[in-house]
Amino acid sequence: MTPATEAKIVEEVARHPFFHGFDAAFVEGMCAKAVEHRYAVEEMLAVEGTPAEILYVVLEGKVALEVGASDRPRLTVQTVGPGEVLGWSWLVPPHHWRFDARAVKPTRVVVLDGGVLRHILSTHPKWGYQFMVRFMPVLAERLENTRVQLLDIHGR
Amino acid sequence: MAASRIADPTSSAVAGHPLAPIPYVVRNVAAETPDTNTLTIEPRSTRRTPVSKPGQFNMLYLFGVGESAISIAGGNPDGQIIHTVRSVGKVTQGLTRLTPGDTVGVRGPYGRGWPVAEAKGRDLLIVAGGLGLPPLRPAIYEVFRNREAYGRVEIIYGARSPKDLVYYDELQGWRRRGDLRVQTTVDAAGRDWYGDVGVVTQRIPDTRFEAARTTAFVCGPEIMMKLTAQDLVARGIPPESVWISMERNMKCAIGMCGHCQFGPSFICRDGPVLSYRDLAPLLQVREV
Repeated sequence: MTPATEAKIVEEVARHPFFHGFDAAFVEGMCAKAVEHRYAVEEMLAVEGTPAEILYVVLEGKVALEVGASDRPRLTVQTVGPGEVLGWSWLVPPHHWRFDARAVKPTRVVVLDGGVLRHILSTHPKWGYQFMVRFMPVLAERLENTRVQLLDIHGR
Repeated sequence: MAASRIADPTSSAVAGHPLAPIPYVVRNVAAETPDTNTLTIEPRSTRRTPVSKPGQFNMLYLFGVGESAISIAGGNPDGQIIHTVRSVGKVTQGLTRLTPGDTVGVRGPYGRGWPVAEAKGRDLLIVAGGLGLPPLRPAIYEVFRNREAYGRVEIIYGARSPKDLVYYDELQGWRRRGDLRVQTTVDAAGRDWYGDVGVVTQRIPDTRFEAARTTAFVCGPEIMMKLTAQDLVARGIPPESVWISMERNMKCAIGMCGHCQFGPSFICRDGPVLSYRDLAPLLQVREV
């Protein structure tokens, strides 16, 4: 990757709402080994059960998160779009995807390396704390939304 | 022959009674979902109910079965009224089985509706869940008729699944207008759905409104309205600018029987549309 490409990725990540306000050196550190990637409709970003060493920073498009069992069709339970991040399994052992992620619109993402993230968060506790303060509300909101979905409020 | 003790529903004495329904005939039935139909009805004679305001409801009487409060989803100056009915009980099951030519009793319109005129000059955020869209439909068309009087208009509509979205073709038409934004989302979907999946509150961060000059109309399951209102207020919309359409078991619809009492209010008379400022304390009370 050329320095110009690296700089562009750092700039895009720094502009992303999730990373807004983070220390520039922190963002730059998180972007070590980062790459930009485009997914066509139907391409998979994640497959349940496979190693998950990635945090996706969604810049454009839409990604469907799917779960399922062998006795029923896969079900989309959430969609993720621009301004959002996707994936926490890089943080949670055993670092395997817990769902499928499929592009349902042409999607552009920055792919952050999970190993790099774990290293920088553990060696810079202040940044690590800042990151978790930003990351926990995302998880909490998804948990709350899942609870509402489980209530089946539109059911009879 | 002894005179019948059963009153003739078309007699003038009965016609003047506040609980007497006016006979309407079903002109059209459109299937919205497997258990939900939209009925277009019109007066069987010259007698008709007064013109309704957006957000009001009628009591629909299925002769020999019973009466149910159904939101008014539309109408026209010729007296036609549109109701969208989901089969959830004995009366509504019967209403969804009506076919063109059948008769249904109507009394109404009742209640206080959406403050559509008061929202002029402001941004308007309309959030509907499931069968919460029909009560909002007349308000949406009222806004369309005076579109230049409003700022940004956004509609968020959520349902259980793609097949549970009502007015699907109309939603596409609203999207094509270009002077408002329509977001639809469902709680869960199969792989053939390329739209958003998630609860309606997840779509709110994606809306663009200026909180201080925004009015919100919210209608859907009570928990969805509560969570949506909390989210909107947290984003700066004043509680008095968030309006909610409450649903309770309405019987008389004229504030007499008390079936629909909600704290100090009768939903049929004081609502169904109430401001979140007034409702917020009551929505925290269990089993009120």
